[in-house]
Amino acid sequence: MGSWTAFVLVRLVRLALVLAGVAAVAFLLAKFSPVDPIDAYLGPDIARVGPEQRALIAEKWGLDQPAGVQFVKWFSRILTGDLGWSVTYNAPVADVISERFRSSVVLMGLAWVFSGVIGFSLGIWAGARPGSWSDRVIRLYAYILAATPTFWIAILLLIVFSVGLRWTPVCCAAPIGLLPEDVTLLQRLHHLLLPLVGLSILGIAQIALHTRVKMIEIMQSDFVLYARAQGGTTLDIILHHGVRNTALPAITVLFASLGELFGGSILAETVFSYPGLGSATIEAGIRGDVPLLLAITLMTTLFVSVGNTIADVLYHVADPRISSASETWRGVAE
Amino acid sequence: MTVAFERPSETPSLDKVGPVLVATGIAVLLLAAILLAAWLTGASGLASDLQARLQPPSFQHLFGTDMFGRDVLARTIKGLALSFRIGFLAAGISVIIATCLAIVAASGSRLADSIVSLLTDMTMGLPHLVLLILISFALGGGTTAVVIAVAVTHWPRLTRILRAEILQVRNADYVAVSRNFGKSRWFIARHHILPHLIPQMIVGFVLLFPHAILHEAGLTFLGFGLEPGKPAIGILLSESMRYLMAGKWWLGLFPGFLLLVAVLCFDVIGNGLRALTDPRGGRS
Repeated sequence: MGSWTAFVLVRLVRLALVLAGVAAVAFLLAKFSPVDPIDAYLGPDIARVGPEQRALIAEKWGLDQPAGVQFVKWFSRILTGDLGWSVTYNAPVADVISERFRSSVVLMGLAWVFSGVIGFSLGIWAGARPGSWSDRVIRLYAYILAATPTFWIAILLLIVFSVGLRWTPVCCAAPIGLLPEDVTLLQRLHHLLLPLVGLSILGIAQIALHTRVKMIEIMQSDFVLYARAQGGTTLDIILHHGVRNTALPAITVLFASLGELFGGSILAETVFSYPGLGSATIEAGIRGDVPLLLAITLMTTLFVSVGNTIADVLYHVADPRISSASETWRGVAE
Repeated sequence: MTVAFERPSETPSLDKVGPVLVATGIAVLLLAAILLAAWLTGASGLASDLQARLQPPSFQHLFGTDMFGRDVLARTIKGLALSFRIGFLAAGISVIIATCLAIVAASGSRLADSIVSLLTDMTMGLPHLVLLILISFALGGGTTAVVIAVAVTHWPRLTRILRAEILQVRNADYVAVSRNFGKSRWFIARHHILPHLIPQMIVGFVLLFPHAILHEAGLTFLGFGLEPGKPAIGILLSESMRYLMAGKWWLGLFPGFLLLVAVLCFDVIGNGLRALTDPRGGRS
């Protein structure tokens, strides 16, 4: 099986390969796009710029060189930390991303924690007594939510709580017309509430389903039978055997679901006009802001791949018989 | 997801067939509605009637009318038809990609296996939606772009399952016996491995289909999918955003609800099929 360091090292090399591969593919895709970067840059000024000036811009940006050279230049600049200039926000890409990330990370982090805690509890509750009505309700909830479009949930929340009941604001991360330094924490939380609920609701379903399955497995195990024989109550067994044994798999799922979390936040941020990384992705895509789009792609890949790697390592801790995900599949098949 | 989770063994039993039958019934109804709508409402349902703009649901217009007085029910069903067509194509292409890659991965070459595995990691390492946006951006949007984008992002799970299946069958005793009898590789592939793959491919297709529909709707909602003129569910919902503040809730509620019902049905059918083909219920 190899030692721990070797295992982690292999994972890290893989991570680097994945990042390099994604960078190449993303760059190719952006080059392939029919959206001309100079047109996107010029916007309405397009009519006032002659072919000579266009050639000058192309030369300045290095667009007149072959794609391979452009890629190497772009990639080496990324490696030195220079992410380029965002035309949409008229600021360096690194600044845009760090600013957007700060508001997104609150939303995603809280949603992540909530969906973990609530989903885990629901999963334990459902799995402790499979077939009971609480199990049925939780399972039904989870199955339905797994099939629900994220943005539709967000729209429903908006219809009910913002338009119908007027409890929550309709958009943005702060009241309109206030300077950023005047916004109180309470106002921020008030604006965060609905996107947070929308994003958490979906995360909960997945964690709950996985924890439930694991819990049922544990409740049928020999050690639980033995604990029962010793006179342990159900609550005892759930707390001492169930929670301990299901915690690690649940955390693993939580780390593996970072990609879905980010996808969900793109949709939720769009519906609630929340100025985070997700809405910046949409802006970049629609306006053809290639440097920003590529930087976000790389960053989210890093984010999600690190999550996947942690999940892999944790899975290894949880069940040392399995050395990697691919072997799990082989294991299942055998 | 990189990590696989085992499920406890469960055998297909009668009490689990119920939901699948209900789901099949609803799916058939939806399909019938789509086919009927093609000639029943025809153009009239989608024609604008400016006198009946933004009317709440009534017996005449079950789902209400939109800002041009078009019937929301008719548009939603048209939207579902579009979604189904795209989902069908995308899931089909995804299954083909998954099968090809699984065969390559299981072909015996270690290099090929690690390349496929790296590709899988790359696809899973990017948030689906970001990759969808990138691909759709590269292809300039539109129906073809959506089909390709969704097809290219949905193969990894099925590839892993098919690869495991091929490896398992290839190492089985009866294949070894067959090989010892001097049967060719082609014969073994055709008569021993393919029959095991086809059920997995069908289940994979039915399970991918609702996912493809969901992602198509999301992509279109964000403005990277189908053109604004088309009655896709994503477009109906993004249009509804403009009228939510005015209290026109039916524009947002019904199209999404019908989409949810469709996705749920195919999900249940897919899981039922999986339980049938794999009584151990071992793969998720």
